Amino acid sequence: MADAALDSAQVHVAHHFDDAEQQRQASTLGMWVFLAQEVMFFGGLFTLYVVYRTLHPEGFAHASHHLDVRLGATNTAVLITSSLTMALGVWASQMDRRRLLLVCIAVTALLGAVFLGIKSYEYWHKFHEHLVPGPNFVWDGPEAHTAEIFFSLYFALTGLHALHMVIGLGIMAWLFWMAWSGRVGSAYHAPVEISGLYWHFVDIVWIFLFPLLYLIGRH
Amino acid sequence: MSAEHVVPVRLYLLIFAALIVLTAITTVVAFVDLGAMNVVVMLLIAFTKATLVVLYFMHVRFTSRLTQLAAASGFAWLAILIGLTLSDVLTRQIVP
Repeated sequence: MADAALDSAQVHVAHHFDDAEQQRQASTLGMWVFLAQEVMFFGGLFTLYVVYRTLHPEGFAHASHHLDVRLGATNTAVLITSSLTMALGVWASQMDRRRLLLVCIAVTALLGAVFLGIKSYEYWHKFHEHLVPGPNFVWDGPEAHTAEIFFSLYFALTGLHALHMVIGLGIMAWLFWMAWSGRVGSAYHAPVEISGLYWHFVDIVWIFLFPLLYLIGRH
Repeated sequence: MSAEHVVPVRLYLLIFAALIVLTAITTVVAFVDLGAMNVVVMLLIAFTKATLVVLYFMHVRFTSRLTQLAAASGFAWLAILIGLTLSDVLTRQIVP
């Protein structure tokens, strides 16, 4: 039994690795190097946000009132739940429970789609209220220019995040197919682990976006 | 070379519960006027949530030292980026 498991594990090992464990550690490390780059990718926009909010705290607080906290909080809960199902998916693949793995991947993708649905509704609402920066931007209150900067950052940050979610859904579809066709299992589950790292990273970005965009100046 | 760590389901559920509770706390606290402390509490909770996700959902607590270093590096460089940028912005004299 042990030999058979070892053999099936060895099948997936590329020739330049000593064994499956070394290959798994290398892929995890590689993914983290990619994610470090992603941190800097989002980091530029976050830095812009910090600078403009430092310069115009009142204007930012005022503009933030036009975002719906209930929708933002709901989306936070949706994403955290999807991270849980993703983490359970990794566990299922380690335990070689294929059916559970398929369910986890499907639920994770479904929750991701719910997030994007709510986000689309919010975008639609902002278009409707003329809060999209550009020639149609309308602002009644004070500091109209600051409000426009806030909404520029809102759309850039949430837009870049939503793009990552869309890519995440593509990854989930691919992962589902990998699990469905039996290409991943307890002997070889690096694809599940690596896709999970990506999904959790996108969750972390939202963990910061929610308070920074929705919750400032509510009191 | 250590074998892979399997995180028990109970721990995943515990982390999930903590994340949901922290989200509820940060949302409620945002409506309470704490003055300058509002932003501090908000960021503290966000960093706590992110750390929980990184350590447990992303298994960084159970991974190799090299991977831990790579995981920390992205956030360290971001701190440098924001820190140095702010050291400029906050010390500028605005000349009308």
